Amino acid sequence: MRKPVDVGDPDRLYMVTGGRSTADDSFDLVTLIVSENEPSAGMQSEHVRILELCRHPTALVEISAELKLPVTVTRILVGDLHDMGKVSARHPRAAESVASLPETALLQEVLDGLRNL
Amino acid sequence: MGSATSEPPSQRTPLTDTAETGLKIVVVGGFGVGKTTLVRAVSEIRPLNTEEVMTQAGQGVDETVGVERKTTTTVAFDFGRISLNHRMVLYLFGAPGQERFWFLWDRLFSGTLGAVVLVDTRRMEDSWYAIDRLEHHKTPFVVAVNRFDDDTNRFSLEEIRKALALGEHVPMIDCDARLRSSGKEVLITLVDHLYSMALSQESTP
Repeated sequence: MRKPVDVGDPDRLYMVTGGRSTADDSFDLVTLIVSENEPSAGMQSEHVRILELCRHPTALVEISAELKLPVTVTRILVGDLHDMGKVSARHPRAAESVASLPETALLQEVLDGLRNL
Repeated sequence: MGSATSEPPSQRTPLTDTAETGLKIVVVGGFGVGKTTLVRAVSEIRPLNTEEVMTQAGQGVDETVGVERKTTTTVAFDFGRISLNHRMVLYLFGAPGQERFWFLWDRLFSGTLGAVVLVDTRRMEDSWYAIDRLEHHKTPFVVAVNRFDDDTNRFSLEEIRKALALGEHVPMIDCDARLRSSGKEVLITLVDHLYSMALSQESTP
């Protein structure tokens, strides 16, 4: 039986986000987050964890799974770090090398990748 | 959440630093049809799970009171990952197919390349709703029939196509969700389908 992610304590989630419960949707589940700075002293522990995880690009949804926090809460925390300039975000299909591709060229790359599995 | 000291050695496999574009494919199907099995078979990481807390307006609005009730629902989903090349990474999401999760799909499906509907022939009716929603969202999809060992019905793909009222344009494939090679074929079938669709669009003036 799969163990549900721990959200049994709404108060904790409330504390983590400073009472906020809605996030803007600018971070997709597969937006890749990359740390730009090392954690600094006095930072909230969740922010520290995110900065550690994102030393390599990490999708929002992976951060959520690793922190065992719901996606919405993770969005809020990542948004904080982004506002502080501590992380950068690589949005889906926004990268120049991909955004300019025709759909067929993009899909061809996906196919090649899958065939090489 | 404990203190941030001494993490256990991470079992995570990080992406390469050149990864810049995340792509999504959604696997939908009824409970126990093998979504997680399929994701696990092809994923380069052990499937992870997380959850989304959804607030939705109550559907049975009590008109005499005039106050719209809001309910919060927590929906768990699994996902896996495939690094396609140095810059593209594909995420596979396993999403529950039951009707009450439609609001999760709306979010999961946005921006997705396409979907795999995983079907168990013993419970084909479990796929109807998923297919209906995908068609509604105009999300391209393929239907993969997970052939369990004890699948004694052995309906042919054409019989299943009829039972699910699928158009001729929807690709269908038999699979064994436990096998990496089979899961890979399912994904290739989907992306091939997407490719053909994109090609015909690009060649249409």
